[in-house]
Amino acid sequence: MSEPGGRGAACTEEPSSPGQQGATREGGTSKRPGGERGQQGASEPVLNLSGVAVDYGRRGRRVRALDGVDLSVARGEIVGLVGESGCGKSTLARAAMGLEPLAAGTVTFEGRPVPPLGRRRRPEYLRGLQMVFQDPYESLNPRRKVGELIADGVRLGGGSRQEGLRRAAELLERVGLPATAVDSYPHEFSGGQRQRIAIARTLVTRPSCLIADEPISALDASAQAQIANLLGELVKDADLGLVLVSHDLSVVRQVADRVAVMYLGRIVEIGDTDTVWGSPRHPYTEALVAAIPRADGAGLLPVDLPGDVPDPANPPAGCRFHPRCPLAQDSCRELDQRLVRVAGREIACHIRSASGSVARVQPSG
Amino acid sequence: MGALLQVDRLTVALPTRSGYQKAVDDLSFAVDAGEVIGIAGESGSGKTITALSLFGLLPHGARVTGSILLDGAELLGLTGRQLRAIRGRHIAMVSQDPSTALHPILPIGTQLTEHMRHHLGVSKTEARSRAAGLLETVRIPDPEQALRSYPGQFSGGMRQRIAIAVALAAEPRLLVADEPTTALDVTVQAGILRLLDRLCRERGMAAIFITHDLGVMSATARRLCVMYAGRLAEAGPTSQLLARPRHPYTRGLLDALPHPEAGSAPLVPIGGSPPSLGRVPAGCPFHPRCRYAQQSCATDRPEPEPIAEAHLLACPPDPLRLTS
Repeated sequence: MSEPGGRGAACTEEPSSPGQQGATREGGTSKRPGGERGQQGASEPVLNLSGVAVDYGRRGRRVRALDGVDLSVARGEIVGLVGESGCGKSTLARAAMGLEPLAAGTVTFEGRPVPPLGRRRRPEYLRGLQMVFQDPYESLNPRRKVGELIADGVRLGGGSRQEGLRRAAELLERVGLPATAVDSYPHEFSGGQRQRIAIARTLVTRPSCLIADEPISALDASAQAQIANLLGELVKDADLGLVLVSHDLSVVRQVADRVAVMYLGRIVEIGDTDTVWGSPRHPYTEALVAAIPRADGAGLLPVDLPGDVPDPANPPAGCRFHPRCPLAQDSCRELDQRLVRVAGREIACHIRSASGSVARVQPSG
Repeated sequence: MGALLQVDRLTVALPTRSGYQKAVDDLSFAVDAGEVIGIAGESGSGKTITALSLFGLLPHGARVTGSILLDGAELLGLTGRQLRAIRGRHIAMVSQDPSTALHPILPIGTQLTEHMRHHLGVSKTEARSRAAGLLETVRIPDPEQALRSYPGQFSGGMRQRIAIAVALAAEPRLLVADEPTTALDVTVQAGILRLLDRLCRERGMAAIFITHDLGVMSATARRLCVMYAGRLAEAGPTSQLLARPRHPYTRGLLDALPHPEAGSAPLVPIGGSPPSLGRVPAGCPFHPRCRYAQQSCATDRPEPEPIAEAHLLACPPDPLRLTS
C-alpha cells in the first residue's frame, strides 16, 4: 500500500463537496469483491472523515476532544487508531458512527452524510455502518437469548423473526460458535465468546464498514488473539472497512493495514503500518513503540515517557506534544503542527519533517 | 537462608452452586527476600485467588488447606486481628484498578498516613513528612499539594502511583501487585514498571507480579510461575521460560502474543477457553486445548517435576523438550 492514506485521500478529493463524492463512490465500493491488500490504496473510501471536531462540556468549560481530524477507510482495509487514553480515539470512533454531534467537519459513509444520533430514526443507508463495543459483558442484554439479540437486526430491517433466527444461527457459525448458541443467554459464554456474539450481531445487516472500539481489551490473551484474527478474516472475506481502536499497540501492529497515531485530539502520524512501526518518525510514535514491553526474556524494562497527557481543556500552544517531547525546541511552543508527508507516511512534527516536502495545513475546527 | 514467603501445597476451594470447587489446587512456590517473581496465566487460572489467600481476604466460606509461611510464621488460620497486624505492615497489595483502591472522598494524605501511624506508631507530623517523601519517591509532582488533594483529581497513572505509595507506607517486605498496569496506557505502564523495579532494588523489597502479560513479566520478574486452572503448569527463570518454554500452555501464551518485531503474520491463539470453576477436566487440565495431548494426558494428573536447575514442569510427555 503505497497510497498516502487518510489525508492523501482527503486531499485528492476536496472534502468540501461530500454530495458529489458520493455519486462516484457508491459505484466503486459495491463492485469490489475480496479486497486485496495491494488494491486498497486505489479504492474509494467507504468511510470518510474530514476536518472532524467534537466538543464536550458545558458552557463554562468547553473541551475540544477531537480537533480537525481527517481519516478515510477503504473496503477491505483495517485502519488502526492508537494513542493514550484521553487522546480522542474513542471520540473519533463515536463521531464516525454519528454518536457524537460534530462541532466542525463532515463524516460520510458510502458518500452519504452520517447525521448525529437524534430522536429520529437513523437513515436506512446507515445499516451498513456498525459498531463493536469494548465490553461484551455490557453490550449484550443479559435477559435475552443470543438468537433474539442477533435476530433484532433482521427484524429492524423488515424481516421476520424466523428469518432472523435462521440468520443468527448462520452468523454464529461464521464467528466460530455453534449454531445451537441461539438458545443460550449471554452469561453462558466467556468474554471472548461474548465478543463473537457482539460481532455476529453487527454482521446481520451485511455491513460494509465496522467500527470497533477496543474490541479486545476486555479479553484474555488467547481470546484477544482469536478475536483479532476473526476481525481480520471478516474484513478480507466480506470486504469490510474496519476502524480498530486499541490502546494495545502490538495488536494493531499485527492486524492493521494502516495506523493512525493520535495525541490530544489530533492525528500526529499516519501511514502504512509496517512503515510507521518499522521506523516511527514522530517522537510520540517513537515513545509509544519503545514503551511496549517485549516478552523475550531479555529482562529489559520498557522506556518511560514522562508526564501525562495534558488537560484537553487547556492544550499546550504550538505542538501539543512539546511539553513531553525530547526533541522540543522553542519553535515547537509557537508553531502549530501540520501533517506533512515524510518517508512514506505523514507526520505532524516540523522538526522531523524539516527536510522538505510541501506542508499541508491541518484544518483546525 | 529460608525463603521470605513459602507457599506449600496451597489449595483453595470456593463454594459454588455445585458444591466446593478448587480455584487453587496444590500450588507451591517460594519468594526469597528481595526477589521479584511473576505469576502468569489467563483469567480464571487462580492467580488472584492465590494473592488474596496471602492476605486472608478470600471470599466468605472459602476452604483453604496447605500452608503459607511468612518468615517461617504460618499465615493460614490467623484471626482478623493478627492478620491486620501483618497486612500492610509486612505484605502489601497493589490492585489492578487504582480508582477503586483509593478512597474517593478521603484526601491522599489521610490515606497515606493512616497506615504509617497504625503500623509504625509515628507521630502525625512525622507521618506527614514521610508521606510527602513517599509521593516524591513515586514521582508525584508537588507532594505537599498532593497530600491535600483527592484521588479524583489525578489521572489513572498518577492514581496507580499513589496506590503504590499507600502500599509502601508501612515499608512492607513483600509487595503483591495484581495486574498493576493492566488498566493503564503503555507509556504509563512503562513508568510504573520502572518505578516498581527501582523500589524493589532500592528497598530490597520482594514482589509478586500477577499478570497475564508476559511482556510485563519479561521486564520485571526474575522467576516466573505459569498457572493453569488453579495448578502450576511451569515455573522457572523468566529468561529461560520465555526463550524456551517447555509447557505447551506457556508456549501457547507466547504464541498468542503479538511480537512487536515480527511482521503481520496472524496471531496463533490457543484454541478454546480456560475451564470455568468446577469444570476442570480430569488428568492434565490443559489437555483439551493442547495440540500435543496424548491418551495419558486425559487420565494422569501431572505433577510439577524438576527438569533443570530451578525449573519445574507439570507435563510428563514434555513434547517441547527438543524444540527451542
